[in-house]
Amino acid sequence: MIRVQSETFDLGNEIAKLSQGNGRIGAVVSFLGLVRDTVEIDGKPAALTTMTLEHYPQMTERQLQELEQEARRRWDLQAVLIIHRYGDLRPGDPIVLVATASAHRQVAFDACNFLIDWLKTKAPFWKHEATSKGRHWVDAKTSDGDAAKRWINPKS
Amino acid sequence: MKILYFAWLKEKIGMSEEEILLPSTVTTAGDLFAWMRTRGPGFAAALAEGNAVKVAVNHVYAQLKDPVSDTDEIAFFPPVTGG
Repeated sequence: MIRVQSETFDLGNEIAKLSQGNGRIGAVVSFLGLVRDTVEIDGKPAALTTMTLEHYPQMTERQLQELEQEARRRWDLQAVLIIHRYGDLRPGDPIVLVATASAHRQVAFDACNFLIDWLKTKAPFWKHEATSKGRHWVDAKTSDGDAAKRWINPKS
Repeated sequence: MKILYFAWLKEKIGMSEEEILLPSTVTTAGDLFAWMRTRGPGFAAALAEGNAVKVAVNHVYAQLKDPVSDTDEIAFFPPVTGG
């Protein structure tokens, strides 16, 4: 299931709903991304006041649906949940949740890892940061691209 | 053709979307990039090759060789930074 929303969410509630009523689930793995209070600008720390996430709604929806389908093709998953927020966020706020549920842990770990790596390089979101040293758009990290490349060769 | 711009591209180009008539010589995403760069200094700077700008056709990432037509929705945007 995919949700793109401006409102916050509660990790515990979401995980409880995900596994409720499905006795075949023996493992749930989740990744929760949070807004940090400090960012680095030209190698020096700056206090973050607001992070604004812009997105391309129709494409985001489509890309995230495709990501979920790809994860389900590769692994035997009982449930998948991806929540991504947009709009103005503050330090400590949750940005993204990826949760995967399966019979045993390894599948859930691998699928969750895959989903967040791919989401970071494919889902059309852009972070804009307002800090104590001014405002700027966040640059894409090459390390995120490298992390996503680990998953290019499907295991089956 | 509807064209959308996101993040810093929107700021450099000075608008978030526009409706254009595609010249008949533009048939691929690569042609479109090249033609867009001729539309003015703002376009040329924003869409310069070193900026790694991505293009999507009807909500799907496109390669430069992929076809484009007047009925498509095109989006230009920087490398994504969500998650």
